[in-house]
Parts: sequence; structure tokens; C-alpha cells
Amino acid sequence: LNLVVNGQLRESAATCLTELLIELQLDAEHVAVELNHVIVTRDRFVATPLHDNDRLEVIRFVGGG
Amino acid sequence: MRIHVNEKSVEIADDSSLAAIRAKFKPTADLLIVNGFPVNERHPLVAGDRVVLISRGTIPTEAELETLLVARHTPGVHARVKQARVGIAGVGGLGSAIAVALTRLGVGKLIVADFDVVEPSNLNRQQYFVDQLGMPKVAALAENLRRINPYVSVIPHAVRLTRENIPGLFAEVDVMVEAFDAAAQKALLVECFLTQVPGRPLVAASGMAGFGPSNTILTRRAGNNLYLVGDEVTAAAPGSGLMAPRVGIAAHHQANCVLRLLLGEDPLGDPT
Repeated sequence: LNLVVNGQLRESAATCLTELLIELQLDAEHVAVELNHVIVTRDRFVATPLHDNDRLEVIRFVGGG
Repeated sequence: MRIHVNEKSVEIADDSSLAAIRAKFKPTADLLIVNGFPVNERHPLVAGDRVVLISRGTIPTEAELETLLVARHTPGVHARVKQARVGIAGVGGLGSAIAVALTRLGVGKLIVADFDVVEPSNLNRQQYFVDQLGMPKVAALAENLRRINPYVSVIPHAVRLTRENIPGLFAEVDVMVEAFDAAAQKALLVECFLTQVPGRPLVAASGMAGFGPSNTILTRRAGNNLYLVGDEVTAAAPGSGLMAPRVGIAAHHQANCVLRLLLGEDPLGDPT
């Protein structure tokens, strides 16, 4: 799959959002994800398939405030 | 001649004394300031002088305070922020400083939520005082904000925010602020608010621990209605604690982002 993740082209073997986050080594509990400009809630990460040319914003939160 | 008295333009006789001005506009005033300097009642007045009459220990009325704030802010800013409703989720290091900044601006209504109480370790960066230890943070904050501007409406919620109560508590805000400490809470608030309260901008923060350089803390647009402040890397951890300077920088990035959104300006300065 050819994806655009945070503005960068990325080749990925992920078939769903959960697999992509594993590939990116990100904790699903610590991110917010926009797929083609729509927020995806984390209960749907497993059920959300990815397609060629999907555009993703993966926002990673670190602790502190 | 024309002078300003408590930021209002007034016409007075050319030979008016400051004592007469006080008698006419605020007889109880015991502090007389002309063009920024305290003076006595025999101080001569000239056209264009700016006179401020203050009764020490007396809280100005809402109209008086508003006139004074309007004069300090850029014209048009005060009227717009006064109509605004802003939600703040979490009132620790980020949220308490953001609330103070927005109160000084005169934002009309602040809806603040946090389940925590003020602890000693909070005092290294959060806008609380040693005599407030043990108080619910939202109650301590409401008290402090009242001392800054009693006419800002503060709605405190001493609750733990969840997927279930976030949409209801913040349904009416014009701009939402994420100001939590824990990463999972931040992610939850962002996901929940953006899906459940659609069309309203959210200003979140990630990465402001430690004493790294100031200029690595940035504001960027991270999604459709999402603005993100921070260096996005520096988590609170042993050896990289949360401290007043960088947390304050991030908080004021967030507060300025809120102000720009309320004024219809692009937070990043890009053409809208």
C-alpha cells in the first residue's frame, strides 16, 4: 500500500489502522488518527481498512501538562 | 478642553483642577493617576491628559472594569472575546495558566473541568497558592480567576472527564482546549470532542516537559479542527520534569491560538 502519513509517502503492509500503528510503533491509546480528514475513534481502528493513497494524520500524545 | 477620565473622553473647563474632576467623576477616589503617574490633587491638567481615579480596596463595577480593559486591548478585541465561551479540559500546569490568560483577556465564559485537588508538587508550575493545598483545583481556580476579573463567568466541574460526559459538558463552547497531563487522556479528549462536538476547533498540547530550548515549542495545524502545541516529543519522565517555563510557554501558545480563533484569525498566520 502507498499511504501518505503526516505528509510523508509511506509504503506499508498494514491492512487496517491497528496494523499501521504497530508498524509505526505507536500505542493506540496515545494517538488521535485522522483518515482522509475524518477522525477515526479507537474502537474502530481494527475494523478500519486502509487503501492505496489514503491520507493519514497520526497525532502522538506524550505525557505532561 | 478634552481629557480622558477612567478611559472615557470628557469635555472639561480649561481651568478645571484635578480635585474638581475627582468631585465630579469619582468623589471616593483616593488614588489619582495622570498619564500613568500617581499625583496629588493640585496637579495641573492639560488637554489630552489621561486621568485614572481609583478608590483603593473597592472593586470596580463591571462597566468600569470593562472600560479599562477595552482601552488596554486593541479596539474590537474586547467585544468579541466577551461573547466567547471556551472549554478547558484539565486545569493543571497548562489549563490553569490558560484560564488565567483568557480571564485577563475578558473571555465571557470559561467552562473548566478537573477531578484533581491542589497538591504541593503542583506549585512548581500551576497557578495555585500554598493556602489552597487540598482544595479541588476547579474551586481554587474559580477563586483565583474571580480575583483577576469577577465578571468573567467561570463554570467549574469537579468531575473526571469521560467519553460519556465530555460532549454534554462542552456542547456550547466556541473553542475547546485540551490541557490534560496523561497521554491517554489527551488522546481520548481529542478523539471524543472532535467526533461528538463537530465543527468546533480544539487546541491540544503534547511535549513541554524539561528545560529544552524554548523555540522547539510550536503551534501547528494537526487536523481538520485540531491545533497542536508543543515539541511533540518531550514527555514528562525522570530527568525531564514538568517546570513552569516550558509548560507556561506551551500554555500561552494555546491561549494565543484560542484568541486568534475567536477573532477569526488563522492561528498560524496563513490566509484564511
